[in-house]
Amino acid sequence: MSDAAHPPPSAPTPVPEPETYELTINGRTHEVPTAWLGESLLYVLRERLGLPGSKNACEQGECGSCSLFFDGVLVNSCCVLAADATDADIRTVEGLGGEDELTDVQQAFLDTGAVQCGFCIPGLITTVHDLLDRTPTADELEIREAISGNLCRCTGYGRILEAVEQVKARRGAVR
Amino acid sequence: MPIARPTDLDGALRSLSEIPSAHVLAGGTDAMVEITFGQRRPEHVLALRRIPELRGHAADDERLRFGALLTYTQMEHDLADLAPGLAMAARTVGSPQIRNTGTIGGNLGTASPAGDTLPWLLAMDAEVELASVRGRREVALSDFITGPKRTAREPDELITAVHVPRVEGPQHFAKIGPRNAMVISVACFALILDTTNRRVRVGMGAVGPTPIRPADAERAVSAEIDWDQLTCPDEAIAGFAEACADAAEPISDHRSTADYRRHAVGVLAARSLRRCLAA
Repeated sequence: MSDAAHPPPSAPTPVPEPETYELTINGRTHEVPTAWLGESLLYVLRERLGLPGSKNACEQGECGSCSLFFDGVLVNSCCVLAADATDADIRTVEGLGGEDELTDVQQAFLDTGAVQCGFCIPGLITTVHDLLDRTPTADELEIREAISGNLCRCTGYGRILEAVEQVKARRGAVR
Repeated sequence: MPIARPTDLDGALRSLSEIPSAHVLAGGTDAMVEITFGQRRPEHVLALRRIPELRGHAADDERLRFGALLTYTQMEHDLADLAPGLAMAARTVGSPQIRNTGTIGGNLGTASPAGDTLPWLLAMDAEVELASVRGRREVALSDFITGPKRTAREPDELITAVHVPRVEGPQHFAKIGPRNAMVISVACFALILDTTNRRVRVGMGAVGPTPIRPADAERAVSAEIDWDQLTCPDEAIAGFAEACADAAEPISDHRSTADYRRHAVGVLAARSLRRCLAA
């Protein structure tokens, strides 16, 4: 929010431009070579670090395809400045399951046929993990509200809701 | 585009005094969209998220204090009893992901005509707390927002918090948009039946260049309400709706026409008042 009427003082202390910065993603430290510090976390994940699980659709916080955990909080990574994400614990969809191992939410999406084109699914999987980890007994209204920021243009959401119910049932069965 | 990441308020104020042109970054939900779409290309960024002094809320007998980094999710969950109208407003913002990120300080700093916390804050006579290396000051919200996306914040000042007086009585927030989630307000409306001072407090959003306080409508309806029974004659409610619509200064844009906005804000006025009155 600069203001032409108030120019900076004549000799501002120069802030050294960092060569690189570090991000901690899925428990691993990645060095990010600084190209331009205005890049979003989503862009850096996909284009610089080879982590394309978070999807890029709207780039304006509307669609939820880029959802991930930022210090345990569900956010849209397109709305996070990557250079401000240093010292945060970032968990992407790639880090939810083990190596070649599906989470119960991913398995339920497969079992119920909740995936059509698949583009929105990483964001939805992440969002459903967030919901059911916080609210294991979420009712239908809570589920609908929780996924209200994740747009799916194929499924009409019916089988996605079914998948969430299946996870709830299976987790309940274990308890 | 160097970035400063101070870990306390003093560090942030020093940094901003050295580079007052820095873009102040709170949640990032407004800034990142503008940066990504090339509408903003800041030369410096001052990132606030590591500053503990800007987090959380506090209450004493007189006032509530909301830290600038208070998120919509925190307003929704932590303020449902202390500030129900604000909690309702926060609940209508964006998606869960956006509510986890966006902040009250960011809503004030952006000062969009459609900022959803602003009508409630205006109705409550909120005071914006600003700090710089030169000192601290509080500015009434009505003086703080000087135009669409314009504020009285000096370039070396940081929004540190916003304060409202404690008042008793029912509150309501209502908003109109094309669907129930993920919408920017076509019109929104905050109402407090301030039973302590026996006056109706109103703020209207997205129906003018800045949030609007319809003072004449407030005065007229306050005189018609039976404050012991919390009732109001139907004609007075209709008159209140009309007076609120008259006070609006809407424009037509890609989200709505001016006529619809004026009509809608009148509907929201009557609806909000009825919800706050005894059944």
